[in-house]
Amino acid sequence: MISVRNITKNFGEKNVLNGLNLEIPRGETLVIMGRSGSGKSILLKIITGLIPADSGEIWFDGTEISKLKAKKINVLRQKIGMLFQSAALFDSMTVAENVAFMLDQHTDYSKQEIRKIVDEKLELVDLAGVQELRPAELSGGMRKRVGLARALAFNPEVILYDEPTTGLDPVTCNEINQLIRDLHERLQVTSVVVTHDMHSAFSVATRMAMIHDGKQIAYGTPDEIINIDDPILQQFVLFGAPDQILNMENPILKEYLGREAELPHAKA
Amino acid sequence: MNQQSATREASGGSRAYPILRRIKIRLHNVLSEIGQAFTLFFQTLFQIFRPPLQFDLLVKQLLLIGFNSLAVVMVSGFFTGMVLGVQGYIQLKPFAVEGSVARFVCVSIVKELGPMITAFVLAGRIGASITAELSTMKVTEQIDALEVMGTNPVKYLVVPRFLACSIMLPTLTIFSTFAGIAGGFVAVVTLFDVNGYFFLAEVQKNLFVGSVLISLIKATSFGMAIAAVGCYKGFSIPTAGGAEGVGTATTGSAVISLITILILDFVLNHILFNILGLV
Repeated sequence: MISVRNITKNFGEKNVLNGLNLEIPRGETLVIMGRSGSGKSILLKIITGLIPADSGEIWFDGTEISKLKAKKINVLRQKIGMLFQSAALFDSMTVAENVAFMLDQHTDYSKQEIRKIVDEKLELVDLAGVQELRPAELSGGMRKRVGLARALAFNPEVILYDEPTTGLDPVTCNEINQLIRDLHERLQVTSVVVTHDMHSAFSVATRMAMIHDGKQIAYGTPDEIINIDDPILQQFVLFGAPDQILNMENPILKEYLGREAELPHAKA
Repeated sequence: MNQQSATREASGGSRAYPILRRIKIRLHNVLSEIGQAFTLFFQTLFQIFRPPLQFDLLVKQLLLIGFNSLAVVMVSGFFTGMVLGVQGYIQLKPFAVEGSVARFVCVSIVKELGPMITAFVLAGRIGASITAELSTMKVTEQIDALEVMGTNPVKYLVVPRFLACSIMLPTLTIFSTFAGIAGGFVAVVTLFDVNGYFFLAEVQKNLFVGSVLISLIKATSFGMAIAAVGCYKGFSIPTAGGAEGVGTATTGSAVISLITILILDFVLNHILFNILGLV
């Protein structure tokens, strides 16, 4: 559905993405993993056209989007919903106004119709009854849910999640992961989740990709990922993956677990 | 970020002369910022004429900028008029032309100080608040969210503020001008031996349509400048700028607005009085 081809992005002398290739298949939940500063969030911004890539192509349903004019990109963006790391709710608006924003801007729906859709979407994220609250009155988890309801308001084909569990307590993290899984099952949308939270990654992914040094170094289903013999990937998985993944009878993981004392963090 | 790499390029040729290199970098950054500000300005002009215009956003900004600034603008104008009246009377009396104080107050307030005082008040009050609001939206990714939802941030955020400033500054200038003349009247009539009817008659004699037009042209230009600077400084902060970036952008916005107003005032005075020969 989305194809990232040979994308490079530099900030000054810092090379963030270095010929990145990535396939995001329709109907899958792809988790993009990588260390902080590895360019995961930048990739989402390039996919949505918020920042231009220095070179390379982004294909969305057979259309190369980096060459599109602003008007066509705006039309295409209506197929994409994005949950930002900070939720990015408009703090001058109520929850209902936030969720209704796209409908208000891009449709001729009546106020009653919009109200009905807003109520539906808030119910979908288990947040009924908060319509008149302001973002400042919400907890971190609630803000993410409202952000998700806003992303869902226009029935997007793709939902992008930028660090959906960052800054949340473990219980709320689990609730958000459950919500991402539920939405994927109920709506059959394509989801891209950028995270370095391995619990979250293994909890929601149907496919996973690992970015390191601006390139994709691993790609596959969660089962395939833990079988890839790559030290950087395995360190990442070892340090963060949930116990049920690590306890699997996996020879590669066992080998890395055996060598854990030799890993850089252990030496430090 | 592009600016950074260009800055390095600009600095590359003069490694041996650190001061020269620093001047080059500063000059390059200033020119680059001016270029970006003008780009935003022209994008705004383009978006104004692109339907639909969201009247609800415009009305909100008109009320915010106009109604909420009315009192402070009138008080500023009133006391500026009083100071002018007192100073004018004292300075003119030794030449025995203290009767001209009304003309002095009227012409100064209408042609120069009315739009200037209003613009200064709004630059500090509205320009800075526009920058603070937009830069906060930028660092909390709200502007990115707008774009992802297919809404042009220039059209949604800048156009209403730009139009509201351009409309409300001349409107507020009319109020501050009247307050200024009233201030001059109150000061001169109560503190000195000047007849009130005479003062008002002199004001009426020296208040020309052309002068009012000049005042309104200046005020509209100042309004555009305040909005353009405020919005540019709000948009130009990097997303990672944080609270410190918001503070720096807000201070910078007020300072640049004030300097822009002064430069613009000189340019407009030169064009209107020197080139076009208006009086």
